[in-house]
Amino acid sequence: MKINGHKPTAPATRLPKCPTGIQGLDEITGGGLPRGRPTLICGGAGCGKTLLAAEFLVRGAVQFDEPGVLMAFEETEKELTANVAALGFDLAGLVRRKKIVVDYVHIERSEVQASGEYDLEGLFVRLGHAIDSIGAKRVVLDTLEVLFASLPNEAILRSELRRLFRWLKEKGVTAVITAERGRESLTRHGLEEYVSDCVIVLDHRVNDQIATRYLRVVKYRGALHGTNEFPFLIGDTGLSVLPITSLALNHKVTNERIATGIPRLDAMLGGRGFFRGSSILLTGTAGTGKTIISSNFANAAARRGERVLFFSFEESPNQIIRNMHSIGLRLEPLVKRSLLKFHSARPSLCGLEMHLATMFKEIAAFQPHVVIVDPVTSLMELGAAPEGKGMVTRLIDYLKAGQTTSLFTSLTHGGHVLQQSEGGMSSLMDSWILLQDFEGNGERNRVLYVLKARGMKHSNQIREFLISDHGIDVVDAYIGASGVLTGSARVAQGDLEKAAVLSSQQEAAQLEREVERKRKALERQISDLRSDYEGEALELRRIAEQVGTRTLLLGTERAASGILRQADAKVTARTRVRSS
Amino acid sequence: MKTKTLKRPPAKLWQLRLYVMDQTAKSVIALANLKKFCETHLKGRYRITVIDLMKQPHLAKSDQILAIPTVVRKLPKPVRTIIGTLSDTGHLLVGLDLRAAV
Repeated sequence: MKINGHKPTAPATRLPKCPTGIQGLDEITGGGLPRGRPTLICGGAGCGKTLLAAEFLVRGAVQFDEPGVLMAFEETEKELTANVAALGFDLAGLVRRKKIVVDYVHIERSEVQASGEYDLEGLFVRLGHAIDSIGAKRVVLDTLEVLFASLPNEAILRSELRRLFRWLKEKGVTAVITAERGRESLTRHGLEEYVSDCVIVLDHRVNDQIATRYLRVVKYRGALHGTNEFPFLIGDTGLSVLPITSLALNHKVTNERIATGIPRLDAMLGGRGFFRGSSILLTGTAGTGKTIISSNFANAAARRGERVLFFSFEESPNQIIRNMHSIGLRLEPLVKRSLLKFHSARPSLCGLEMHLATMFKEIAAFQPHVVIVDPVTSLMELGAAPEGKGMVTRLIDYLKAGQTTSLFTSLTHGGHVLQQSEGGMSSLMDSWILLQDFEGNGERNRVLYVLKARGMKHSNQIREFLISDHGIDVVDAYIGASGVLTGSARVAQGDLEKAAVLSSQQEAAQLEREVERKRKALERQISDLRSDYEGEALELRRIAEQVGTRTLLLGTERAASGILRQADAKVTARTRVRSS
Repeated sequence: MKTKTLKRPPAKLWQLRLYVMDQTAKSVIALANLKKFCETHLKGRYRITVIDLMKQPHLAKSDQILAIPTVVRKLPKPVRTIIGTLSDTGHLLVGLDLRAAV
């Protein structure tokens, strides 16, 4: 059997889909809107109904070669052209090239008087003529419900609308009908009764003064679809829906490791740094050096020739560059060489989704190897907790799919709740480095440790890190009975140890001197004794000589006197010989 | 009232357009009703143009036609629009702004 990489072909019974080309919407609907059927899009004012419908038409004409008819009941062609131009769509150009027909239906209640029965054949003719003139495959009826306000006799109108939708189906066009949201029903005039194939509801809610748009596929007959509410936003390239839940854990992984820019930190991470494509969380309270470590990481990556995208939600690019310069990191040349790109924005500038979409866009445009988000927490504070987490999940997933290494810093305030929420986020992260403050001895010192590093041997030690003019230095912290010693306490401990060594060295030297002195004394004593002995021996010899001479003399004298007295000479002579 | 209207210069020609779709029942009724009405109220100073959108569909867009049948009073100004089979003469009078003129 031949295996190919394509998706298995859909069974014949499956509904044919009409791709909208709108980022994310096709993912949620599993390929687009039901082809050849009408879809109802309802929502309150300012939800983006018209823009969604217009984008569906424009993308159809541009991307899928499906010409479309836009029948507008509320806005004139000029207004529509101007409105969608903000999304980068050239409606006028498409109209000129006969890809799109815009028909503005103007109907003023005060100018119209009814007398007797009527039907909407005129509308049918207009629409039919427009469709046939360009061979349209897509039709948008933007706020058809205006008719209820401008035409009398609702009963006729309803039956005519029912006929209209049937007619649209017969025509085989994929239609999008927009409608105002009603108080109790989906639409103000119950259009959902007629359009029952696909209903999409748009909503616009304000949380904490930040407005967010949501999209939900309420109904999609004959197809699986995501039923959740998805945030979407209107950017300068159109709509994008963020399907947070359509994530899959199936990204490729690599064994390649990348250095952190801090050799000692690399050493703590099994000697070789982070995995490429992994997600790293850097947690710490204010002023623990998160941005500095991030910048070091960015610097190291950029100097390796990789592209780094730095999202900063606290500082402006120039501020970061200046601040990092003070610790010896020169980021400016990297920015000039387009290896490092900053993107700074105030978190409160716009909603979470807008930020996320901007980030996606920047990432797609810059194609970075490393992405840094500093700090991710200020973004997460914008939305409700699960929303923020969903956003990070989505971002991580997106980055991992592209084997982009991501580093998120997280600002903590050291409370219990926040640690919990971080635990929630940490499960998404491959490596987690914690930065902490140690207070004591009237000073504050920074320590760092690796809390988690998936798939690599890592140090369990707490290290102190110092920020100096030359950058970051990670040093061993002293661990004693009173806990971890850092800063001056560590220095003091070092000094103490040095002093101890010094004193013992001094002691040894003294001892050595003493021994030497003793040896010298001993030698002196020995030489004294020897000279004593030698003197005595000399004396002894002298005495012996004297004795010998005296004996000889005595003998001689005796012999002489013996001769004189004729004594026994033999005996005395023998005695003299023996004594000598 | 009548003396007043007679003193005025002769009323301008009424130009009426009737938009229909083919020869449907509603279209036929509307045309008959309109003719009868004009004969009664505007005798000698009206002209009815019947436009079949089946034959000239592009006119639906340019003349802003939605409902069928539709009568548009082109002249005298301002333009007036009446939709329906014109069976309700009272509404037609109001719609064509004829009450004052008659």
